Amino acid sequence: MDRLIELLPKIADATLETLVYVSFAMLLGGVFGLIIGVLLTTTRQGGILQNTPVYWVLNFLVNFFRPIPFVILIPVIMPLARVITGKGIGGPALIVALVVAASFGISRLVEQNLLTVPPGQIEAARAMGASPMRILLTVLIPEGLGPLVLGYTFAFIAVVDMSAMAGVVGAGGLGNFALQYGYRQFNPWVTWASVLIIVALVQLIQLLGNVIARKLLRR
Amino acid sequence: MTRVELLSVGKRYPARGRSATETVAVDDVSIEIASGEIHAVIGYSGAGKSTLLRLVNGLERATSGQIFIDGVEITGLTESKLRHVRLRIGMIFQQFNLFHSKTVFKNVEYPLIVAGTPREERRARVSELLSYVGLEQYAHTHVEQLSGGQKQRVGIARALATNPGLLLADEATSALDPDTSREVLELLARVNREFGITILLITHEMDVVREIAQRVTVMEGGRAVEQGDVFDVFSSPQTDTTRRFVSTALPTVPDPEHLLALREKHRGKLISVTLRDGGVDQPVVFRTLADRGIGVSIVHGGITDVGGRSFGKLTLELIGEGVQVEHAIAALAQETELEVLA
Repeated sequence: MDRLIELLPKIADATLETLVYVSFAMLLGGVFGLIIGVLLTTTRQGGILQNTPVYWVLNFLVNFFRPIPFVILIPVIMPLARVITGKGIGGPALIVALVVAASFGISRLVEQNLLTVPPGQIEAARAMGASPMRILLTVLIPEGLGPLVLGYTFAFIAVVDMSAMAGVVGAGGLGNFALQYGYRQFNPWVTWASVLIIVALVQLIQLLGNVIARKLLRR
Repeated sequence: MTRVELLSVGKRYPARGRSATETVAVDDVSIEIASGEIHAVIGYSGAGKSTLLRLVNGLERATSGQIFIDGVEITGLTESKLRHVRLRIGMIFQQFNLFHSKTVFKNVEYPLIVAGTPREERRARVSELLSYVGLEQYAHTHVEQLSGGQKQRVGIARALATNPGLLLADEATSALDPDTSREVLELLARVNREFGITILLITHEMDVVREIAQRVTVMEGGRAVEQGDVFDVFSSPQTDTTRRFVSTALPTVPDPEHLLALREKHRGKLISVTLRDGGVDQPVVFRTLADRGIGVSIVHGGITDVGGRSFGKLTLELIGEGVQVEHAIAALAQETELEVLA
């Protein structure tokens, strides 16, 4: 317990680090994931921008990266991290791996949600003379927005989960803190304190996601 | 306002997969639709009518034949040119296909935004349309809160927004109850009457054709098996498909089972008489029988309105001496289309 109080400044730092990792991953991964997901939806057979080669390549890439466990993806991505950030280890390297994992994970969520938009609504927009780009921006995305927000909420929580493996490349954050100061030093108080913060963070985001989605779905 | 011609139009989907064969959805269909006409295409599901409708605004590309809209060939146009053509063609759907993320107002406004209409003009036009379909008080309601009939009226307002000369209706009343369905049909008839808009509708319901269409094409297996004036086609059907449709909405001869039941109750000779507007008058039929001292009771059938003209089929029981009945039938056969029911 005393040790926990002693570590409070470190907990604060770790919390901040986690927030930074997750924010970067969600912002960049969210945008890339949206782009890839939209392309997966629109280039598939019968899509508004049907393009089999593009769909095939993207689908292959997503299927290639998605099953790699995050703890293994970090070293796999290391060369890329080195090119982008100059270093293969530490927070920036972790962020690169998180962005890659989030992009491909989110792309599937986006694809699944956009595919639930009834084809009839897209057909109606086509019948009115709307271009594929207009249909994408004014029909497909707005119609799928409610479930999309829930999908992003889900992704956020998955990214928090992945960020706990930061220790592998010497990055920080709450997960690493719990392992380093709690588990390895036989101090369950520290572990539990970290867990509580993570749970509070996740609850907050889930609540926010639910509220926004409900507003959008109007149910 | 718009004239549509389909010349030997076909739509084939290539075979997909190893065992699959090429699918012929529409096969050599020709239809001429005059400006301001309501033309119905009737057929069972899978007859190709839905595909046919989508060929007219290029949502599906014809694989053979030519389609002309106001004399301009649209088959072979690029997708971006087709988009301009579509601005002048409205379309309504069985499932309404309204945008759920938008209000009633925004739904009706959408095609105007696509057409590049200025904001102020859009507002005025949407208000005008909503009051035309009687939904002005729902402008800022979300479409999910509307009933089916209201949704279809929004769909109609949306389809009319850009003042199209042609309206395509894809089973527009099939998801509605009979009362609402009639309201929507009346609205379509009013749109046709007041704006002179040409309507091409597809349906599997005889009542829809009977109530609003002037001309009809009967489709089966991708082909147009019968075509013409609604009254002509339905008062003397030439194919089994048409006959089956006719029997769902028009008075016809009793089916064999029903005939057996009728025989139980009616011992006299049973005949079926066809009455066509402009053909034999009913008084002629009854006078012919009365003059020969034959008692008549009507046991089945009726008179109904088809394309604005009356059409009837009556099953009559003739009561009298055997020889006299035979003479009466012979005399009647001179006057009208008649069938002696075995």
